[in-house]
Amino acid sequence: MQTESKIRADSRTEPGPRGPGCSLRHFACEQNLLSRPDGSASFLQGDTSVLAGVYGPAEVKISKEIFNKATLEVILRPKTGLPGVAEKSRERLIRNTCEAVVLGALHPRTSITVVLQVVSDAGSLLACCLNAACMALVDAGVPMRALFCGVTCALDSDGTLMLDPTAKQEKEARAVLTFALDSVERKLLMSTTKGLYSDAELQQCLAAAQTASTHVFRFYRESLQRRYSKS
Amino acid sequence: MAAGFKTVEPLEYYRRFLKENCRPDGRELGEFRTTTVNVGSIGTADGSSLVKLGNTTVICGIKAEFGAPPTDAPDKGYVVPNVDLSPLCSWRFRSGPPGEEAQVASQFIADVIENSQIIQKEDLCISSGKLAWVLYCDLICLNHDGNILDACTFALLAALKNVQLPEVTINEETALAEVNLKKKSYLNIRTHPVATSFAVFDDTLLIVDPTEEEEHLATGTLTVVMDEEGKLCCLHKPGGSGLTGAKLQDCMSRAVTRHKEVKKLMDEVFKSMKPK
Repeated sequence: MQTESKIRADSRTEPGPRGPGCSLRHFACEQNLLSRPDGSASFLQGDTSVLAGVYGPAEVKISKEIFNKATLEVILRPKTGLPGVAEKSRERLIRNTCEAVVLGALHPRTSITVVLQVVSDAGSLLACCLNAACMALVDAGVPMRALFCGVTCALDSDGTLMLDPTAKQEKEARAVLTFALDSVERKLLMSTTKGLYSDAELQQCLAAAQTASTHVFRFYRESLQRRYSKS
Repeated sequence: MAAGFKTVEPLEYYRRFLKENCRPDGRELGEFRTTTVNVGSIGTADGSSLVKLGNTTVICGIKAEFGAPPTDAPDKGYVVPNVDLSPLCSWRFRSGPPGEEAQVASQFIADVIENSQIIQKEDLCISSGKLAWVLYCDLICLNHDGNILDACTFALLAALKNVQLPEVTINEETALAEVNLKKKSYLNIRTHPVATSFAVFDDTLLIVDPTEEEEHLATGTLTVVMDEEGKLCCLHKPGGSGLTGAKLQDCMSRAVTRHKEVKKLMDEVFKSMKPK
């Protein structure tokens, strides 16, 4: 079941100095494409593509069992090579974000595993992973108290803000900030940053990310509406 | 009786204290534990430091070795951090390959070094394309009582300031490096990144410098790394309850104050070491 969305996907408007002429790349999402996992989703942002699969609630190892809630596990596999320390760090970020929204208390002593496979990386990878994980959790029917989405901001040397940067823009940027926001109050669930930036720039990026997240959540809603209206 | 209540309902026990705006160890919500730092105690390392944040103890040792510069950056040396959380520091860790928390901490320290540009990697290069210094930074936690990231960042900074590299000249005839151990110089530390960690309770309350119990009971954590100009090197919030922009602003102001406290402490330590 494929849905596409062109969110201002025509050529990006030239960003003036500190001008918010930023737009997100073309999104696409496909759900329920794998038969073995309980839920799966493939999320595309421009040329970045991540495939996510969710197994759960399922049996958990006694050593990892938590008596009053579900144990969440995230496995992130890079496109090439073996997973390293950077992947472990990202897995921790994604796992903690999912733990904040998944209602684990409804499924105690079970495990929910999210497996993410990077298919292609053209910038904003962590945000794409978060979006794919959210769509896969929805597809699996895991109870959540809110949806979440990932947005990446890049600041270049003269302070211009770019949303959803490509790999080239990320490399040339002075700072790259990735945020995960929840759908209920647009609160900041997760943040990880690279590079140097000032406090005021942080607030600016956060505000821009919150506005951009509205588009992402609207896309989630449309895509789910289309899926369920057919059946 | 209080000990019994604490075992059965740790969160409720904590909430009673938080309602009075203080914590079981007597600290206020915005107060750090006593910080002590000791530099240069390991004779075999090129630079070392020991940092105690209350009971949390982290020791950092830096060894400088020769290495070939990476092919895509022939005029840069490199820094390799490694955080070791052994079974010694807490019952939660087992011996063997580094667990998740150690890997996340190592990645965090690597990011702080990269983002803050604490040392210019070009300073570590001896001969472009052939020889450069490689700094192996080993951070070993001796006692884990929460807030490991702050302690590690501080220990790394103090140890880097303590590192003395000998002078190296390349002999043109033999093309070998000659090390002059008698002439040593300190590294050029450009910025002083200081980390401040917070724990979020019940989605609303923010407390500074959490102990290990507080970290377990908290619904989220946040670490801010700031340098002296008020620029942020890292905003590390690995999930947990949501925060609004206003709450982030409070965290920033607390981080600025913490930076001043730490800088003062470091200057005192290094001033007292000068006459040698």
